[in-house]
Amino acid sequence: MHSIPGRRLIMSLFLVFLLLPIYWLVNMSFKTNTEIVSSMTLWPHQPTIANYKIIFTDESWYSGYINSLKYVIINTVISISVALPAAYAFARYRFLGDKHLFFWLLSNRMAPAAVYALPFFNLYSAIGLFDTPWAVALAHCIFNVPLAVWILEGFVSSVPREIDETAFLDGYSFPRFFIKILVPLIASGIGVAAFFCFMFSWVELLLARTLTATEAKPISAIMTRTVSAAGMDWGLLAAAGVLTIIPGALVIWFVRNYIARGFALGRV
Amino acid sequence: MDKTINNKAWFLVLPVFLVVAFSAILPLMTVVNYSMQDTFGNNQFFWNGVGWFKELLDPSSDLGSRFFASLWRNLFFSGVILAIEVPLGIVVALAMPRDGWRVAFCLVTLALPLLIPWNVVGTIWQIFGRPDIGLFGYVLNNAGIDYNYVSNEFDAWFTVILMDVWHWTSLVALLCYAGLKSIPDAYYQAAQIDGASRWAVFTAIQLPKMHRVLLIAVLLRFMDSFMIYTEPFVVTGGGPGNSTTFISIELVKIALGQFDLGKAAALSLVYNLIILIVCWLFYTVMTNAGAERRPVQGGA
Amino acid sequence: MARIDLVDLAQSYNGNDADIESFALKPVTMTWRQGGAYALLGPSGCGKTTLLNLISGILTPTRGQILFDGTDITQASTRERNIAQVFQFPVIYDTMTVGQNLAFPLKNRGVPKAEIDKRVAEIARLLDLTPDLNRKATRLTADAKQKISLGRGLVRSDVAAVLFDEPLTVIDPELKWQLRSKLKALHRELDLTMIYVTHDQTEALTFADTVVVMHDGRVVQSGTPAELFDKPAHTFVGYFIGSPGMNIIAAEVSGREARIDGRTIALTRGYQALPSNAKIEIGVRPEFVDITEPAPDLLSANIERIDDLGRVRFARVKVGDVKFAARVPAGFAPSGTQVGLKFQPSHVHVYADSRLVEGA
Repeated sequence: MHSIPGRRLIMSLFLVFLLLPIYWLVNMSFKTNTEIVSSMTLWPHQPTIANYKIIFTDESWYSGYINSLKYVIINTVISISVALPAAYAFARYRFLGDKHLFFWLLSNRMAPAAVYALPFFNLYSAIGLFDTPWAVALAHCIFNVPLAVWILEGFVSSVPREIDETAFLDGYSFPRFFIKILVPLIASGIGVAAFFCFMFSWVELLLARTLTATEAKPISAIMTRTVSAAGMDWGLLAAAGVLTIIPGALVIWFVRNYIARGFALGRV
Repeated sequence: MDKTINNKAWFLVLPVFLVVAFSAILPLMTVVNYSMQDTFGNNQFFWNGVGWFKELLDPSSDLGSRFFASLWRNLFFSGVILAIEVPLGIVVALAMPRDGWRVAFCLVTLALPLLIPWNVVGTIWQIFGRPDIGLFGYVLNNAGIDYNYVSNEFDAWFTVILMDVWHWTSLVALLCYAGLKSIPDAYYQAAQIDGASRWAVFTAIQLPKMHRVLLIAVLLRFMDSFMIYTEPFVVTGGGPGNSTTFISIELVKIALGQFDLGKAAALSLVYNLIILIVCWLFYTVMTNAGAERRPVQGGA
Repeated sequence: MARIDLVDLAQSYNGNDADIESFALKPVTMTWRQGGAYALLGPSGCGKTTLLNLISGILTPTRGQILFDGTDITQASTRERNIAQVFQFPVIYDTMTVGQNLAFPLKNRGVPKAEIDKRVAEIARLLDLTPDLNRKATRLTADAKQKISLGRGLVRSDVAAVLFDEPLTVIDPELKWQLRSKLKALHRELDLTMIYVTHDQTEALTFADTVVVMHDGRVVQSGTPAELFDKPAHTFVGYFIGSPGMNIIAAEVSGREARIDGRTIALTRGYQALPSNAKIEIGVRPEFVDITEPAPDLLSANIERIDDLGRVRFARVKVGDVKFAARVPAGFAPSGTQVGLKFQPSHVHVYADSRLVEGA
């Protein structure tokens, strides 16, 4: 009654559709360039880990990953830290302009990155943060902070007011109550918000490339320079791509039971 | 839950406001500034008023024609992918296994395309579609179909759409799955008792109960597809020619490529305005859909 | 309308070979009369919803058979059984009007339109829903929605039984009695077999002709409300029914006497052959124990408090460590914290291992 006839077939076909291009990339990452260009093979006939070796040993390559990680982590920390008090305010209080403020925040989440490319370029150059992870981290805040506020507000709302009131009656100061009582209660919410912030910042390209040049170049920018005298270095490109998929894959693998459970609880 | 009225809450909200304002308002101010000025370089600006906007909205001008052409491309693109991704997402959600390890496996695999950096998504499909080194391109061409997304407009569009379906259908599927999961078993039991057919269960119970998440999914996908930049840019670069140049690609070309600040600024504002209007519609519909209508006493 | 027979019916979530004690529903054989109004009463987890779901077909039993009018329908699907079920929260089809909701089961069975309209009008009249037939069902209040749920069950003229799973849970208290009276009136008018699951004894005792009390997966007693009140077959029934519940206290019983704390309580029947290893207790309802001045031949107790319920006063006392409730005779005021307890022998029951022992 719940699902549809032929569901096994439909799901299998769809999953194959999703996995095939990824498999192709992984496949290519273990091949040499000669094999790639000369023949079409479904799995590497002369497998090699040379492509991966290059990335792990060549500083100009792995620095890309490190740079990406840097701004993603900075952004997640900033976003969650500022979003927490705001989420509390939206959940617990009505104040002048609260609905408009919330809408304004939401509208920023929906802003096209392209619109900000040039202004950010000028802004961050002007304040000297251009080509640092801070520029990208702050730029991504436009999208991640509203998202974090939205998610966290829902979680704070589900904590009964009585807990706040009891804490204040017990003599907790507001900061102490916040850190010692509220945060542990919404820990899973913070986890969800952090997950989304991390992931969105990790996948975004336009601003990350616009606001960096050489020092803080993220991996997405470095991947564009795989053309050499010998032609396009496909194997290397594929290996670099595979490595960017791994953090995402690892994260969902670890939280898979929470995802399944979260859906089962029916919380949308 | 009741909220107390307390304007001191602004202190709690201040950090968020500052951070986002810094990132949003300041740049927008400069954009507004640029949109009304013209420059011959050397940082000398002349007042242009609404000149850029006039040019933008005039289909016969160069800027205007580029704008409207890219606008239609975006609308067509969003329309097509919505028409594919929404029904497909619903079908996939309905095809989810009931319980057991298969559920987690499906969820993980579905989530995977969503967590790949967008340039890598582009790279994957750039490679996958090539006739020489990509499985997809190779198989198609060997089966007798002439497929080349670099030189053929239709193939370029086909590839970009297929890539978006591959990338984002899972989002619709996961949202719909969440909606489906929240339907209590009693509804299905009642339908069994009422002798409802499988199709009736879908139209009378599942679809209505999913309509909120579907709304979220449709609007999210519309917005994101309207703003798309990276993935098509990596695969086609906007080509062949202009055929897959969306508004965002056009905008970046003008802003960072030609450094035509005034034109870029005007385009940015209009682009942003369109999104804002859709976002406002989204917000209004969502809050109205959420508001409970006063129930009526039966038999009164 | 059907007579429902359960033959050695049992349900286990751990498979048929699991230990009997772990069964969610221990083997039960009983008959539900055609046209009877039954209440399935018991605390949460006692197995009443499991039993209901077995009858409706939502669950397939691990063991045993279910017969409708003599036909074995154990393997039949819910749809084939022709039962109606009303759930804890209103289950209605959001996109349809009240009329369309009521017509739905008939439409699915291919009933001709004229007859559908007739039946819908009739049921709507019975349930006072006629003015709302064209309203969207979601707009009605919870009690009206439950009526729609019920209506969908009644609209099929061949419905075998109507099953209720705690249907008043989400109804406002002031509307509960209205809906309850409606159900009882419907039962009289339509002569349907109705089985009503609840954990609220007031609901059970007011609705049903026969109350089936369940405890820990077992049917403990089945009888009229009066029978359950006067002669509980199990200490659980005594304790669960009545407010306050029956007093249970350990005692030594021999012949026509029960002994507690050295004091003797007379019994109207003789108990000769009580099993020696059993836990022997006597049970007596607070309505049949009076407090009085302490006396050497009366069981003594310490008063904790007196509850004044208007018509009657109950004293909460303690006999040693055991809590007891007893009636305070009109005009009586205890002089100290110690009181004596006077029992009415005809209402004192003897229980061995929690089960009633019939004396001679």
